[in-house]
Amino acid sequence: MNDVITNILICGIGGQGVMTAAEILAQAAMAQGFDCKKSEIAGMAQRGGVVTSHVRFGRKVWSPVITPGSADLLVAFEVAEGSRWADHLRPGGTAMVNTIRLAPPIVSSGLYKYPADPVAQMRAAGVPVIEVDAGTIARDLGNLRLVNTIMLGAIADHLPFPASELEEQIVGRFRERKPAMVEVNQRAFEAGRQASQRGNADVSARAVNS
Amino acid sequence: MSAAVQAQPHTRLLLSGNDAIARGVWEAGAKVASAYPGTPSTEILESLALYPDLYAEWSVNEKVALEVAIGGSMSGARSFCAMKHVGLNVASDALMTITVAGVVGGLVIAVADDVGMSSSQNEQDSRYWGRFAHMPILEPADSQEAYEMVKYAFELSEACNTPVLLRLTTRVCHVKAVVEVGERVAHDITGFASDPRRWVMTPANAKGQIPAQIARETKLLALAESSPLNRMEDGKDRRIGFVTSGPAYMHVRECFPDSPVLKLGFTYPVPVGLVEKMASGVAHLVVVEETEPLMENDLKAAGLSRIHGKDLLPRLGELTPNVLIPAIHGLVGEPLPKGSVYPKIDPFPRPPTMCPACPHMGVYYSLSRLRKQVQISGDIGCYTLGAGHPWNALDTTISMGASMGIALGMDKARSEATKDKGVVAVIGDSTFLHMGMPGLLDIVYNRGNVTAIILDNRTTGMTGGQNHPGTGKSLTGEDAPRIDFAKLVEALGVAPERIRTVDPYLLPVVYKTIKEEIAVPAPSVIITTRPCVLSEFYDRLSPLKVIDETCTGCANCIKVGCPAITVKRTETRTRADGTTHELKFTTIDTAMCTGCRMCVESCGPKAIVPAQPTAVAQ
Repeated sequence: MNDVITNILICGIGGQGVMTAAEILAQAAMAQGFDCKKSEIAGMAQRGGVVTSHVRFGRKVWSPVITPGSADLLVAFEVAEGSRWADHLRPGGTAMVNTIRLAPPIVSSGLYKYPADPVAQMRAAGVPVIEVDAGTIARDLGNLRLVNTIMLGAIADHLPFPASELEEQIVGRFRERKPAMVEVNQRAFEAGRQASQRGNADVSARAVNS
Repeated sequence: MSAAVQAQPHTRLLLSGNDAIARGVWEAGAKVASAYPGTPSTEILESLALYPDLYAEWSVNEKVALEVAIGGSMSGARSFCAMKHVGLNVASDALMTITVAGVVGGLVIAVADDVGMSSSQNEQDSRYWGRFAHMPILEPADSQEAYEMVKYAFELSEACNTPVLLRLTTRVCHVKAVVEVGERVAHDITGFASDPRRWVMTPANAKGQIPAQIARETKLLALAESSPLNRMEDGKDRRIGFVTSGPAYMHVRECFPDSPVLKLGFTYPVPVGLVEKMASGVAHLVVVEETEPLMENDLKAAGLSRIHGKDLLPRLGELTPNVLIPAIHGLVGEPLPKGSVYPKIDPFPRPPTMCPACPHMGVYYSLSRLRKQVQISGDIGCYTLGAGHPWNALDTTISMGASMGIALGMDKARSEATKDKGVVAVIGDSTFLHMGMPGLLDIVYNRGNVTAIILDNRTTGMTGGQNHPGTGKSLTGEDAPRIDFAKLVEALGVAPERIRTVDPYLLPVVYKTIKEEIAVPAPSVIITTRPCVLSEFYDRLSPLKVIDETCTGCANCIKVGCPAITVKRTETRTRADGTTHELKFTTIDTAMCTGCRMCVESCGPKAIVPAQPTAVAQ
């Protein structure tokens, strides 16, 4: 094991499962023998506010906090939240973004505007973005709660350990408590992987065309 | 359930600081543990409640919690008490005297400072309390250290006859890191032995013990100087040496891997000798501590004048790498490393909201309708969100229970402009039991013209739904006597006809009741009756929808503040006089809606109906 630290920032909205996703990712890293720290400031954010979770793993992790400009991967459970945290990516890091748009009450009541296209904003700033329409995939699979598993599937091929380790962490949780959910989570994980591969191909095509 | 509870000795687990502390307390053989919930410390007792052979309770407030732990310690049980920083202010009356009398069973007080203020009304440095009360302070940097230090804290407490302060921060409590756990060592309770000269703190008895308290500090200092919790980590870059404690140590090691670091875990009394040794080997010495310059000031007072600390570093917030690096690089004249390459995008703020169907919305909607006729003192809990959009119906929030006394003070200090205003105090059930009761008694006793609204949602909401004497359940989930708020406030002297109970979902009833009670020049109490939507007591009903053709765009439903209601489209209309106004046509997110019908109450044209007319409530 070398001294490289992997920094993954997961962001979203209170109640979306950001912390659970971070927990699963951290457990997978630990199962691979990495030292690992997972950090979030929850507090009042659980009430529909902004939530971020920092996952860092490697041979030895000191600070639990990802410094802006050093995240290898940004996992956004909501598209505007992706844009909010994009400056945490390192050059060459990737933003894996669920394209769902969730407007808070202060936006829907007209006090603030929701940006027309947060992905375009990120790309204009030079951020490599892979779009995943996790909401639609989850609906097609018949359960909106699968967004979490779909997003983890989406990043599974961007980690320094096999995708199967992450899948096993997810499936293992359901095997014990809700065995009936194992199969649909496996499908959601795989659908997330494929969606991100398709999104990645789109990004490459755009790079060639530009 | 926390995996730590079942973990066999020597297994490695990913644990939060709070879960790690609970495991450590249990392994140390503690028999009594108490707390009042408070972010970021809440999960320590929630976790401890799952362990066997230990009594754990939610106390009504932190002072009682500490007193319970003191009683345990006096009886020879290892005892533990946890609280957030502001909780220690509440407990301080007991604290300041028990540190004179000392302990029998080891007594450890964990205090969690909300450095960075994610969920608190102030950012205080509780290490002041350790100095003030003459007690040693331990400061862990991560979960493993928190686990180890809490075990050591019991040993230290018994060895030096003093309670020990375990100072945590949010970054210790909530960060999950790898911990290797051990096994429980039993410590039998010796039982209470009467010793009035020690425990009855009359002036004569207290005076007799204070010399020992002062002498104890010499012993503690010697222990700190030689403690393995304080260690020198050498480094080849001797331009700067760091003295650091708590999670700031982790950030220092992250940013300056080649610098010498004096890592302090046993931080009070400050081991000045160790720091002097360090100072002689480096060009600059920087003390990195969150939040106040306490070690720094102690070191300066001891004669180390050439040290840096808060001249470079902020006193507010965490000392994370993005704060440390620019502050320290200036000292040695190095250019700043390149920061983020991507620009900051700031789409819109996303403040926390109330949940769909939150019963607090019914009260705040009504108060916002009466806004010009009332001044509203508030309190601490989810309902502090009433200060925000769209209600803007809260004028003060200071401390737990303060809504009562502040309302009375406002009532007694009326000007010509405010003489006819209603004075309303808004407080949650748990907060009322914590510290609101004495305030209400004061309102009654002093004939205050105040309307107190107790938002009884049958839980401690903001900290995640903990039990209290009003829920009918204990910390461990067993049945407990359930306090009756109407009887309680009547016993505090509120006239029975001035005690009103309302369903907060019935907006016109809430509005009318508040209006009636503020008109009566006497203390009155309105108690709401709906449970928190996140609690086990809440029953979801069928979701609602807006009939687009019936909606007139008045947007009154938006003013309820429910996050499930959003504006679908807007239309600008021109009035007869040529002025324009905007109509907002709304829609309801059926996935979020739980069918509470508050928006139905607010809707004049009756455009809000069940999403599926035939659906049966689940």
